[in-house]
Amino acid sequence: MVHCELCRVPDDGGDCMALVQRLFDQKLSSLPSGSQQSDLHLPTQLCRIETKTDLRGGIEANHRTVMGCGVSKSNQFHKHSRKAIRAAVLIQRWYRQYVARTEMRRRYTWHIFQSIEYSGEQAQIKLYNFLGYLMDNFTPSSTERNLISHIFRENDVCWDSEWERYFCYKNIDVPEVYSGPHLTFPLTVEQAVGLLEAFRNKKQQLHSRYVLELLLETWKLLRMLPNINRISTCHSKEVTICGDLHGQLEDLLLIFYKNGTPSLEKPYVFNGDFVDRGKDSIEILLILFSFMLVYPRDVYLNRGNHEDHIINLRYGFTKEVLTKYKIHGKRILKLLKKIFSWLPLATIIDQKVLVLHGGISDSMDLSVLTKVNRHNYVSALRPPKRRNHSSASMSIDIDMDDDLWSTSKIYQRRPSLTYPKPLGPRECFHNRSLQDFSTRIKANMENELENSKKSEVILAAVLHTSQQDTLSVSTDSVSSDNAKDEWRQILDLLWSDPMNQDGCIPNEVRGGGCYWGPDVTEDFLNRHNMQLIIRSHECKQEGYEFCHNRKVLTLFSASNYYDVGSNRGAYVKLGPDLVPYVIQYQASSMTRELTARQSVGRTERSALKVLREQLFAHKSDLLCAFKKFDTKNAGLVSLVDWASAVESVMHLNLPWRMLRSQLVTCKTSDGMINYYDWFNELAIKGPNTDHIDQSLLETLYRHRSTLETIFRIVDTDNSGFISMEDFRQTWKLLSVYLKMEITDEDICNLAETIDSNHDGSIDIDEFMEAFRLTDKKSRLERGRSMFMATTSDLSKLEADPNV
Amino acid sequence: MAEDKESAENENILAIHRKITAAFEPFDYESKNTVDVREIGTIMYSLDCFPTQADIREFIAEVEENSSGTVHLDRFMPAMTKVLLENKFPPIPRSKIFQAFKVLDKEQKGFVEPEELTKFMMEEGEPFTQEEMDEMLTAHTNRKENVIYYDKLINKLTADAPK
Repeated sequence: MVHCELCRVPDDGGDCMALVQRLFDQKLSSLPSGSQQSDLHLPTQLCRIETKTDLRGGIEANHRTVMGCGVSKSNQFHKHSRKAIRAAVLIQRWYRQYVARTEMRRRYTWHIFQSIEYSGEQAQIKLYNFLGYLMDNFTPSSTERNLISHIFRENDVCWDSEWERYFCYKNIDVPEVYSGPHLTFPLTVEQAVGLLEAFRNKKQQLHSRYVLELLLETWKLLRMLPNINRISTCHSKEVTICGDLHGQLEDLLLIFYKNGTPSLEKPYVFNGDFVDRGKDSIEILLILFSFMLVYPRDVYLNRGNHEDHIINLRYGFTKEVLTKYKIHGKRILKLLKKIFSWLPLATIIDQKVLVLHGGISDSMDLSVLTKVNRHNYVSALRPPKRRNHSSASMSIDIDMDDDLWSTSKIYQRRPSLTYPKPLGPRECFHNRSLQDFSTRIKANMENELENSKKSEVILAAVLHTSQQDTLSVSTDSVSSDNAKDEWRQILDLLWSDPMNQDGCIPNEVRGGGCYWGPDVTEDFLNRHNMQLIIRSHECKQEGYEFCHNRKVLTLFSASNYYDVGSNRGAYVKLGPDLVPYVIQYQASSMTRELTARQSVGRTERSALKVLREQLFAHKSDLLCAFKKFDTKNAGLVSLVDWASAVESVMHLNLPWRMLRSQLVTCKTSDGMINYYDWFNELAIKGPNTDHIDQSLLETLYRHRSTLETIFRIVDTDNSGFISMEDFRQTWKLLSVYLKMEITDEDICNLAETIDSNHDGSIDIDEFMEAFRLTDKKSRLERGRSMFMATTSDLSKLEADPNV
Repeated sequence: MAEDKESAENENILAIHRKITAAFEPFDYESKNTVDVREIGTIMYSLDCFPTQADIREFIAEVEENSSGTVHLDRFMPAMTKVLLENKFPPIPRSKIFQAFKVLDKEQKGFVEPEELTKFMMEEGEPFTQEEMDEMLTAHTNRKENVIYYDKLINKLTADAPK
């Protein structure tokens, strides 16, 4: 038979000849026997194809007539079938490639967000360490110390009765114009549900009088709870466990909607990190507290690392409260500070399942944790001071024999080094949702060299001050070892992350948090006769992740955490069989439903924007690194060198080559990159900043969160304004911390830029705005809180002097 | 001359090796230069290759450490280098994909219906799983008309392609 153009199956390799043939044969052999050869007995399926009128059929008929090659019906089927198979194979492999690429993009996008999040946390801890160090080593009379001492002060008021008086809400009147919920105590379930409704539907804010009253009642309850709650799933009651919520009210509402609100039949455990980052942290607290008051035996709260006033300064909760409660915000925050310290540390279910926020370590001992005075740990970052010491300089953790501030001892939190989500069976390797690159993150943004230089400067600064005044750091403390150990355990509990490898990598001086391996889990569970650890603390794309042989479950309940569509949230139900049953969800009010692939594009753009900003903030270091490669001083580097240089400065272990096309749009024809042009591309300009030194701007930009945190610390009355004098002092502090010289002239220029009306005070927000230093991606900035929908609403609130 | 040519070739090979290592590393979770065998497909795709599932299986058979379920870089590198040098699984030109869709869209309507596409993709060739099918439909079906305009789809997916 002559094979003409159409009936010959073209052979061009790219069409996977062998495969098509094999699939075709498979198909043939699956047809009823005896039909392959016969022209007359074609199966109905083929008849359908045959009889369908189409152009092709027409052409073929023509073709047959013209060429006379006698193409038979079965050959037509063969031809058509092959064509269909070929087409299918083509589309499938093309589409799968697209899916795989999208998956890669999703993963590095995730990695970008996570590494930036963690380096922010680390920066906060470093800052706190630095300030703590100043506290311990500057004399009481030094100005710097006075600026910051209040955040370290033990609660002003020691005795409980004084507390009650201080927080007396009774003299706060609720005006008639207030249309929100009115609470009476003891709280009833109707009121708790009413509060929920008010927040969800009417978007009302609870009046500060009721807030204070509610918080006081909460505190009274919490004081009576043990460090470790023990609950049981008797009578086939299932316990529901939720992970981090981070101020995302929508997720909490979604959980209650899907699972029902807490009740006698429906006990709940909330595993910490209720606040920060999201915009409705206070509302979440109020709801959780009210249900806890109504059902004290059925609602359990564990403390998270964000239930900490120092962390709140940086991550938005402090700001949120002060914004929503302009008059009484400060009092509310103070009371919350106390409440956080009274939150229980962990919950044990049926004596077999341990629920806590961060994790464990190889030295963790529940019997120690049971006995500790948890309320002494107002902030887990700083060990408690004994009550009657003088405020000058006694610190039980700083040992003068250690290096003063050596780099290796600075706590570094890195993303968890866990196993990826289990892959499907071998056959279906074309679709997956794999682990991100987080395991590969190394150090933080600021390199070691910079840090060790800093410590030298601080030493110098300290020694200078100490010439007039004596340093008196005492290493004497009676039970300092015990206290240290206790503190370390609490820190581990709140901050640790699991890892793949066996062992436990602790941190040293601060002793806080560690990475613990599967062997530690095994040992811990055996020692305590338990079978499962449920923890949170880390965002997971699916909302949950098992590791350590399914003995550790990470649970995260804030969906869309990094950006819309970035991840799901999850909660767990545990019945008497203690087998965790996971339910996932994703809050979707902001946009219509997106598939995971689609949302990648969006999230990726966000992540890249953030990354570009970070690159810009490291311009000087990058320039140095480029110059090393650019031996001819032509302002050009190759792609490969560009990638190496960037990695050596940023330490993010990202696939820079892959990202290059998104980060660098200027490129010369021979594939070299003109890095000066590139910096111009990245440059972020604020208004009228030409008179400010470029390197100062860059530093400002890089450390803007730290800067803002220090401002807020210095702003002792939380008014949002600081005096010119304090402004100056802040810069002095910062200059020591960053080992940068900031002249008085610089400071004047900075002040001028925000056009303060020279009345001696600087508006913090305005300052940050002026330099485009506010992170536009921060959740607090992005959507306005549910409670501040329009300016007219705002002004209504403002008219009420008591809110 | 021959030397120049050789050194240019070596440069090329070095570049390819770097590329392969960069693609491999993100999947090497324990830093032991091994990856799970189920990741090989993704790695190959990320290197701008377009193998079929059959191709991937064949490749794995060559490089896997005797059914351990893992692949070591030592074996992956030479095999993958060969693939890249020979351009064994080149990208598919748009026109071809277009033709492929046309096979399905016999009446040349310019679109296909979700049911047709589903039947096609899940029965022919190397069938999609339900998950893959759902993902494709959710992402690319025109909501109003409930059809898939494949030229738009092709444009969109190739626009995302590496340059």
